Amino acid sequence: MSAMISINNVSKWYGDFQVLTDCTTGVKKGEVVVVCGPSGSGKSTLIKCVNALEPFQKGEIIVDGISVGDPKTDLPKLRSRVGMVFQHFELFPHLSITENLAIAQVKVLGRSQEEARDKGLKLLDRVGLKAHAHKFPGQLSGGQQQRVAIARALAMDPIAMLFDEPTSALDPEMINEVLDVMTELAQEGMTMMCVTHEMGFARRVAHRVIFMDKGAIVEDCEKDAFFGDINARSERARQFLSKILQH
Amino acid sequence: MALDFSQIIPALPGLADGMALTLKLLVMAVGGGVVLGTLLALARLSDNLLLSRLAKWYVNYFRSIPLLLVISWFYLVVPMVLSWITGDLTPVGAFTSCLVAFVMFEAAYFSEIVRAGIQSISRGQINAAYALGMTYSQAMRLVILPQAFRKMMPLLLQQSIILFQDTSLVYAVGLMDFLNTARSKGDIVGLPHEFLLFAGAVYFVISFGASQCVKRLQKRLAV
Repeated sequence: MSAMISINNVSKWYGDFQVLTDCTTGVKKGEVVVVCGPSGSGKSTLIKCVNALEPFQKGEIIVDGISVGDPKTDLPKLRSRVGMVFQHFELFPHLSITENLAIAQVKVLGRSQEEARDKGLKLLDRVGLKAHAHKFPGQLSGGQQQRVAIARALAMDPIAMLFDEPTSALDPEMINEVLDVMTELAQEGMTMMCVTHEMGFARRVAHRVIFMDKGAIVEDCEKDAFFGDINARSERARQFLSKILQH
Repeated sequence: MALDFSQIIPALPGLADGMALTLKLLVMAVGGGVVLGTLLALARLSDNLLLSRLAKWYVNYFRSIPLLLVISWFYLVVPMVLSWITGDLTPVGAFTSCLVAFVMFEAAYFSEIVRAGIQSISRGQINAAYALGMTYSQAMRLVILPQAFRKMMPLLLQQSIILFQDTSLVYAVGLMDFLNTARSKGDIVGLPHEFLLFAGAVYFVISFGASQCVKRLQKRLAV
């Protein structure tokens, strides 16, 4: 398997404050990688560097052979090939669900309105929300909005999907409906990088788990190793896991 | 002194012409002011330091001088500049120079409203637009500005109501807007008080009525 996303020695500073320190990892084609760690550990920042929503000062990130940090890179084109799902959904509130799904297909990929609409409806059906096509984002629950957001990203036929804490802003009873969609996606072979605290999801679905702390990658190992032999893990990862796995 | 309003009725067609000019000036000035103001706001918010500074100076400058001065000054300058640009020496009318003055002056105020509107939209929205592959201009046109304008609508309308009253300053360059027409018609028939009182009532009804509508709109948008 070839590397779809490779992150090499990436460091990032906000002024004097270093938020990422020499991060090196990668995601292979078809691989599901979960990134976890305490808040402020830099995991969201790292995932945002992958599609250049956050600039970084050192190192390189290669997505499907294209260097993200290269000033010559056509960023809009690169981003259009990588789907991203955000913590707060970020559906466009002034557009209906159908329009939310169609707008980038039409304006970025140049698809026709009908084609974009059909594709959007098909994906909406897949996440179980076809009946809501005519509504506006504000009329849907958080879980429904997040499923629409996933469909919106999939409508661009992405080569990989980035999830930035997709369930952190959801009420507990809505978390599973989103995780189910993500699980299905993973089983279909989508390349995924997910920042999440959902260790159940990591255990069931992920191939690899990355643990970050204070801007550095502390653990990067196969899922079974990560959850299997807790004593082999670093002190910091053990503390984190014991806190998060208690409930 | 007994007031005699009977002479206003025969003067109504003339007054209507004056109001037409006032409204034409208002609509064109608001349109141009919002467009220029939006460009200024985008320049002000841009990462380009030079653009951002220029926009800031522009806004600070026009907000620090009286509108009457801008109108009088542009009346002298605009025809000159336009004839330089076009090479055509036929003088532009007072209406054109007033329109340019209003657009440039009001743009400074509109730009501050638009800037606040853009800043009120969360960073996540532009990130989402970028993540879908949109360029800066697509993200602004398709995602940020439509939301910002919706939020700003009450403020933009309120500013337009102020502009409606300010259009009366064109009397300084002799344009026959509603107020100027009322004054001159009143002078001709020797009833200046009645005509000015009538003009005041008309301004009040329109401005106050519009203002109430904006308040209602504001409440509806807030829900």
